[in-house]
Amino acid sequence: MSTTTIDSHTQAAADEMTVGHFLSTYVFSKDHKVIGIQFLFSTLIWFVVGGMLALGIRWQLAWPWSDMPIIGGMLFPEQGGQIAPEFYTVLVTMHATVMIFLVIIPILAGAFGNFLIPLMIGADDMAFPTLNMLSYWFMWPAFFFFGGAFFCDGHGAAAGWTSYPPLSDMTTSAPSSGAAQTLWLLGVTTVGVSSMLGSVNYMTTIIQMRAPGMTMFRLPLTIWAMFITALLQAFALPVLTAAGFMMLADRLIGTGFFLPEGLVVNNSPMAAGGGQPLLWQHLFWFYSHPAVYIMILPAMGMVSDILACFSRKPIFGYKPMVYSICGIAGLGFIVWGHHMFVSGMNPGLGMTFMVATMMIALPSAVKTFNWLGTVYGGKVQFTTPMLFALSFVSMFVIGGLSGIFMAATPVDIVIHDTYFIVAHFHYVLFAGTAMAVFGSIYFWFPKMFGRMMNETAGKIHFALTFIFLNGTFFTMHILGVGGFPRRLADPYHYPTFSHLLTMNQFMTVCAICMVAVQIIFAVNFFYSLFWGPKAGRNPWRANGLEWQAPSPPGHGNFDFQPIVYRGPYEYGSPETEEDFYPQTMPPKQDRDNLA
Amino acid sequence: MSKPNVDEEIPIPPPVESEFPLSPAQVGMATFLCSEAAFFSTLVVAYLIYLGEDQTGPTPAESLSLTRAVINSAFLLGSSGTIMLAMNARKAKSLNGFSVWMFGTITLGVLFLVGTAYEWEELIYQDGLTIGRNLFGTTFYTLIGFHAFHVTLGLVLLTVITFLERAGRLSAKSEATELVSWYWHFVDAVWIVIFGVVYWMGT
Repeated sequence: MSTTTIDSHTQAAADEMTVGHFLSTYVFSKDHKVIGIQFLFSTLIWFVVGGMLALGIRWQLAWPWSDMPIIGGMLFPEQGGQIAPEFYTVLVTMHATVMIFLVIIPILAGAFGNFLIPLMIGADDMAFPTLNMLSYWFMWPAFFFFGGAFFCDGHGAAAGWTSYPPLSDMTTSAPSSGAAQTLWLLGVTTVGVSSMLGSVNYMTTIIQMRAPGMTMFRLPLTIWAMFITALLQAFALPVLTAAGFMMLADRLIGTGFFLPEGLVVNNSPMAAGGGQPLLWQHLFWFYSHPAVYIMILPAMGMVSDILACFSRKPIFGYKPMVYSICGIAGLGFIVWGHHMFVSGMNPGLGMTFMVATMMIALPSAVKTFNWLGTVYGGKVQFTTPMLFALSFVSMFVIGGLSGIFMAATPVDIVIHDTYFIVAHFHYVLFAGTAMAVFGSIYFWFPKMFGRMMNETAGKIHFALTFIFLNGTFFTMHILGVGGFPRRLADPYHYPTFSHLLTMNQFMTVCAICMVAVQIIFAVNFFYSLFWGPKAGRNPWRANGLEWQAPSPPGHGNFDFQPIVYRGPYEYGSPETEEDFYPQTMPPKQDRDNLA
Repeated sequence: MSKPNVDEEIPIPPPVESEFPLSPAQVGMATFLCSEAAFFSTLVVAYLIYLGEDQTGPTPAESLSLTRAVINSAFLLGSSGTIMLAMNARKAKSLNGFSVWMFGTITLGVLFLVGTAYEWEELIYQDGLTIGRNLFGTTFYTLIGFHAFHVTLGLVLLTVITFLERAGRLSAKSEATELVSWYWHFVDAVWIVIFGVVYWMGT
């Protein structure tokens, strides 16, 4: 291992200053750190796109059918600056699609997974560097497919991110059902291929490439979470890929997987038929429920690392944390039916799904109490990453509790397709995962770029984001219990909902402010990238192997062969001056021998 | 839990060498094949859900021929045997033996594809079973089609790997040949499931 590192260093020195070198180092790089940073930048750009789409939704709900200031005339000249009703469904669909497939999943697995896995397990790179590069470059067709959909008829796919047939299954059912929907399906399929390549790599790397002494139960929880996430991706995603091929076949070569018998569209009967639209729902949710855990488990792992470091205490109950990750992932495979309580499934089956779903509360609660146990009694340092991690825990409690409401079939029948659902998953995905991602960026930024981010700006960013996200998303619970429906361009058309307009306007103002304060983050990020104070190897005095490598780590990661002697969370020791034991610190008698 | 381990309790580092029985490339291939298995399971589930749901024919019993399927299976299962012999020859460092058995494997794979082509021709032109005709056609052609695509891909890989071995382009430690044979056995195993579910149950 060490000889190849030296070889590639000399090789790199020889190749320097050539165009080929630039391309192979920064563009077609096989270095896991560069690929991780490529994923990070690409997903942050799409994060901006997704946020703008969300603001479009919020604008229409607060000031329906009014001209959008400044940009409305440019975007919708035909409607005199208004959002068209058909375009509202595009906004809803593409906001979810972009955020899920191009931001959250790739930023967790692609950016942090790539950057952290080899560093945290003490490897010099991934097991298959070329495959790793391909997993990034397979994202680009997806970027083009999803982006291209905006330029087709209907200006984007509009069948919802769940793309339920028959609406999504026919090319003539709505203005966006043509090429835009086909591109959407191709996009989902290529994202799937990218994730599959990535997850094969992650699993192999974690099983095979660990440094000497790094046993499975000495892995940081981030790595455990990434490992289980990779498992979920490898075994659930092919189901969606197969379903995507079936739907493409229905649309392009006239098969009848998801088209019911006797359908009449635009006054003409459909030739194919006999299939079940419900089959798509089953296949889609068989992937997309595990995907919910793909979108939160890595965040949970990273938050565990941040909490332990800034509480200066070992993580409370390391093994139960590992087992609860496994439990959540295992149960995640048998609960997909809770998305389909109102689809007309057998009530007995619904009951089974309900009980299985309720059981997920147990491992989730184990994790929550263990996080609290970790912080309890610790010497807590309120740094920016810590603030984000603490807000993850508290917001996850809200998102988790509202999930229990929906798990109960009788309650779900009432609140299904209302804003209560929207509140729930935004608390899990934005207030949960996105906050954890912000925290992780602040935490690992010194390792990625060798410089510190500004703490004051970080804390202002945290406080404002925290306030405005609650202003935006907490009110959604109230709307939802009031029956306010999802995905309707103008719910105020029904007099029942007209009194909710003011609350929607409050939410929209909060949402605009929330997007605006991200500018603080962007400025802080780019300023610190070039002018931030230099970070040493271990600015947070953390235990993980990644903090023993140089910041930023060179090609091959470590300038020594890391040997692991202990677990990742041995903080707060009274025996050492530094109050922590890095994973590479040998036991006392060995240290004495060396001395 | 809250008190960190004191130094003396920490065990001496475990052995340096990983005792995991598989190499990285093997783990990678195994996870890839598990992922593929999930893909084919979905297609098989779709086939089973729609089995017997058709209002109009032709049904599997009317159109499929078990004899033809048995002959086709013999080609593919036989190729699994020949690739095993090829791998044994490779282990015994006999390049010619390896090449002969690989040639046999490729021939049997091509024969399987030819058999499938004959079957499809008969289904389409004699029984009128097209992919859009009914649910049986939809699910049958999708399942068999994806499998045949995997066989085709496998044949390309087998051909390339044979040429590489003959040209001496693979090092002695290279696992590529062995992994391609894993893939070929996997394609074969999928066929056994298809044979049971589609041909044996259908006729």
